[in-house]
Amino acid sequence: MGGVLLRGFGWRHAGRRAWAVRGVDLRVEAGERVLLLGPSGAGKSTLLSALAGLLPEDSGEQEGTVEIDGLDPRKGRERVGIVFQDPETQLVMARCGDDVAFGLENRGVPADEIWPRVDEALHRVGFPYPRDRHTAALSGGEQQRLALAGALALRPALLLLDEPTANLDPAGADLVRRAVAGALDADTTLILVEHRVAEALPLVDRVVVLEPGGGVRADGTPEAVFATHGAALAAEGVWVPGHPIAPRAATAGPGELLLTADRLGLPPRLGSTDLAVRAGEALAVRGPNGAGKSTLALLLGGLLRPGRGRVTASAELAGRDHRTPPHRWRAPALARRIGSVFQDPEHQFVTSTVFDELALGPRRTGQPEAVVKETVAGLLERLRLARLAAANPYTLSGGEARRLSVATALATAPRLLICDEPTFGQDRRTWRELVDLFADLRDAGHGVVTVTHDADFVAALADRTVTLRRAPDDGR
Amino acid sequence: MISIEPVAAPDAPLARRNPVAKVAAALVFSFTLLATLDPVAPAIAIALELAVLPLFGIRYRVLARRAWPLLLSAAGILVTLVLFAADRSGRVLLDAGPVLVSTGVLLTALGLVLRVFAVALPGVIVFATTDPTDLADALIQNAKAPARFAIGALAAFRLVPLLGQEWQMISMARRARGVDAGRNPVAKLRLFASTAFALLVGAIRRGTRLAVAMDARGFDAGTPRTVARHQHFTGADALLIAGAVVLAAAALTTSVALGTFRPLIS
Amino acid sequence: MTSTTDTHRWRTIDIVVASVIAVAFGVIFWAWGLVWSATEGAFAFFPPAQTLLYGVWLMPAVIGGLVIRKPGAALYCETVAAVLSALLGSQWAGTVIPQGIVQGIGAELAFAAFRYRSFRLPTAVFAGALTGLSAALFDFFVWNVDYALTDYRIPYALLTIVSATVIAGAGGWLLTNALANTGVLDRFPAGRNRALI
Ligand SMILES: Nc1ncnc2c1ncn2[C@@H]1O[C@H](COP(=O)(O)OP(=O)(O)OP(=O)(O)O)[C@@H](O)[C@H]1O
Ligand SMILES: Nc1ncnc2c1ncn2[C@@H]1O[C@H](COP(=O)(O)OP(=O)(O)OP(=O)(O)O)[C@@H](O)[C@H]1O
Ligand SMILES: [Mg+2]
Ligand SMILES: [Mg+2]
Repeated sequence: MGGVLLRGFGWRHAGRRAWAVRGVDLRVEAGERVLLLGPSGAGKSTLLSALAGLLPEDSGEQEGTVEIDGLDPRKGRERVGIVFQDPETQLVMARCGDDVAFGLENRGVPADEIWPRVDEALHRVGFPYPRDRHTAALSGGEQQRLALAGALALRPALLLLDEPTANLDPAGADLVRRAVAGALDADTTLILVEHRVAEALPLVDRVVVLEPGGGVRADGTPEAVFATHGAALAAEGVWVPGHPIAPRAATAGPGELLLTADRLGLPPRLGSTDLAVRAGEALAVRGPNGAGKSTLALLLGGLLRPGRGRVTASAELAGRDHRTPPHRWRAPALARRIGSVFQDPEHQFVTSTVFDELALGPRRTGQPEAVVKETVAGLLERLRLARLAAANPYTLSGGEARRLSVATALATAPRLLICDEPTFGQDRRTWRELVDLFADLRDAGHGVVTVTHDADFVAALADRTVTLRRAPDDGR
Repeated sequence: MISIEPVAAPDAPLARRNPVAKVAAALVFSFTLLATLDPVAPAIAIALELAVLPLFGIRYRVLARRAWPLLLSAAGILVTLVLFAADRSGRVLLDAGPVLVSTGVLLTALGLVLRVFAVALPGVIVFATTDPTDLADALIQNAKAPARFAIGALAAFRLVPLLGQEWQMISMARRARGVDAGRNPVAKLRLFASTAFALLVGAIRRGTRLAVAMDARGFDAGTPRTVARHQHFTGADALLIAGAVVLAAAALTTSVALGTFRPLIS
Repeated sequence: MTSTTDTHRWRTIDIVVASVIAVAFGVIFWAWGLVWSATEGAFAFFPPAQTLLYGVWLMPAVIGGLVIRKPGAALYCETVAAVLSALLGSQWAGTVIPQGIVQGIGAELAFAAFRYRSFRLPTAVFAGALTGLSAALFDFFVWNVDYALTDYRIPYALLTIVSATVIAGAGGWLLTNALANTGVLDRFPAGRNRALI
């Protein structure tokens, strides 16, 4: 049970000219554990959706065939469980237990069997709370484990996981991986999509690499695939173990003070924090999910009013405004001095084309149109977005959207740049570009603060690390 | 912050009643009162509503906090009547152009304001004591509402607090990009519109993903659903509805007996 | 448009997105109160002004109909929006529910009149006008009985209809188009007319 057979499979999303995935021939036997790789936009998520029977006929065009145990996946959905990247959008009910029970109710499981199966699934993923805990009161990692329990309660023959740990802290990611390893039965088939190969390898015995243009690029045991294709794959954007990226240490020591936080806090989201940011320095902020990193980034960025303590800008950063705290500055002045990149890129888009999006900041800060055009053209080129200048920002792929959101903050050339998780879900190539970009900025004398779970990124770029601890549980 | 959690003690005798029964009782009670324009029937109704409040486990302070926007409506009614009342009879207390205050106007205003309170309070009480999940369950099990729609709406309701946070994120993102309105009301309106649009786009995107996640777990796969949480409709629930009918009728009858009754359509 | 046998059956995505549209409008109304707490007072003290913006409250009905394009969509969206405002504690509490149903029926009738086949601007404007009419009738008979007929009730009703036609009807159509351009409606017929990229 749980065998997969694809013959010449392809899918083109409605409204798109290009095929998301094409010409895939693949056979997965029951009980195999497969890691599905490929650069961003290669069609991995699309392929998983097809296997889960979640590509309705009216949402695109299909080529070739997909079969799960000889059945069309749209008819054999009860064999498949899938967990997506974003936990928040896969939880359906308000209480944890109800959410796990949701799938069982849909499948018509008799009422007296539901709760024992819910408890069993929660136990298998090591869920620490009672059933009536509200889903909104869970951290990202806990939500992801709950989603996994919801899929496992249905006892799928084929389990599909799409970047299940992308937004999690290292401990949370480890918990989810261990939950997966512990929860799989011997005959459950697993297909896992994950950019960071090294962490995923213990879970799998086979690697399949999708070719962006179509077809399967490589297929075999991890050792065989990486030995033959390793270097080429790494160059194309796949994270291949043993191909480290050269770190970019600072070329000079830190310069003047830009921003200080004194016992800054916003209960209950962030406890008291002290911090100083200097020019020509890359500062990394780390800490577990829910520690308040994003809150800190917003406070430093002058976007939230501090609950206690204060943020002080130096005269170097703020000129005559240095006596007022950043959250009281007018927006154009703020955008000139401090650039912020949000955790979710979609929150950041204001206009309807990529070009306008980049031009907005410079225009608001009063630069002449010729300078605006030049700035924008430079950024588009540098971040490989020139082709998309007329596209709507909301239609971009994840990696492109992330790059655009970073570029919008760079457009006003702020002295201080604050980025929240700039590298999540990125393939190796985008990742490298981002590291280079931040390093160049830093070496040109700007201050860079990045909030991140990404240990590689910290190793490659950061001159200094601040770790936030989670405030003691206030019983929320 | 917006929240859709109930605010009452959950084990109060009437708060525990079946959600469908509570909603039905509130609707019956409210609608009976809509039928009259006099001040007496709503006054009695308000007294009754306040009297049963402890049975629903709501403290008066909590009710006041939830119901204060009604005061705005009351003020609105008063002003509109002073300007536009149909019945301007009675002793004139103030007459300044279009503004006319007479005893007749004040009596009408009293009736309408009391009516707004009497009609709105049952809804406030019921929704303050009802969990949305329980309501959806009861609608499916006791009112035979289509499960797909009740559960779909419930899943969307779960997004409400998230969307409230999202509104703040979008506003902050705009500020970070150098966009603010200052004191200019036109700029403020444009900023509001563009924020609302971004919220709507994000919400639909979330909705699309949520629908896919629900399908992935067998929602709407054609298998008859079972229920994990049973909602019972008992004699006590029927009594609650009957009680609402009796009390509303009593309020109206008293008004008729006192000769103050003024039907809506006469 | 595809013409399979059950184009009128609601898919899961139709149900959830219709609910989400209603819910998002609930949140937008809530935010309006936050941003413009001053105007709420102004409305209270000069209520006829409120009718000018009445159309905004009727938008979910028209947009629901235009996006989902299934029988019942307009009615469903407006009703869910009303239930949500009751849950969030709107000033009209439970009474918004029947009011929402009546308003939704107006728009629903307009889409039904075109047998759920036309979703162009004239249809949208017609839907806006009808939902405005039903809203005006409800208020005329239920809330405004005690006000002067020619000085208040009739102008109020007419303003409601005008506002609904312009804001909910034409505005709703424009908003649906803008949404389609962002790509979020790709799985709906409303999003199919977008240029390929
Ligand atoms: N719903 C959709 N509508 C239109 N195009 C889409 C849709 N989903 C994905 N695409 C496009 O299809 C292509 C493949 O997308 P997919 O999400 O499968 O890539 P992926 O390999 O999972 O990438 P990533 O590693 O960034 O998650 C991309 O070009 C993307 O823009
Ligand atoms: N708008 C908000 N209102 C209330 N509480 C919030 C809000 N945003 C976040 N929180 C809560 O504040 C705490 C800190 O959140 P924050 O997003 O700053 O954490 P984080 O360290 O960035 O986590 P992650 O690594 O998951 O991104 C969390 O418990 C979160 O649930
Ligand atoms: Mg993907
Ligand atoms: Mg964060």
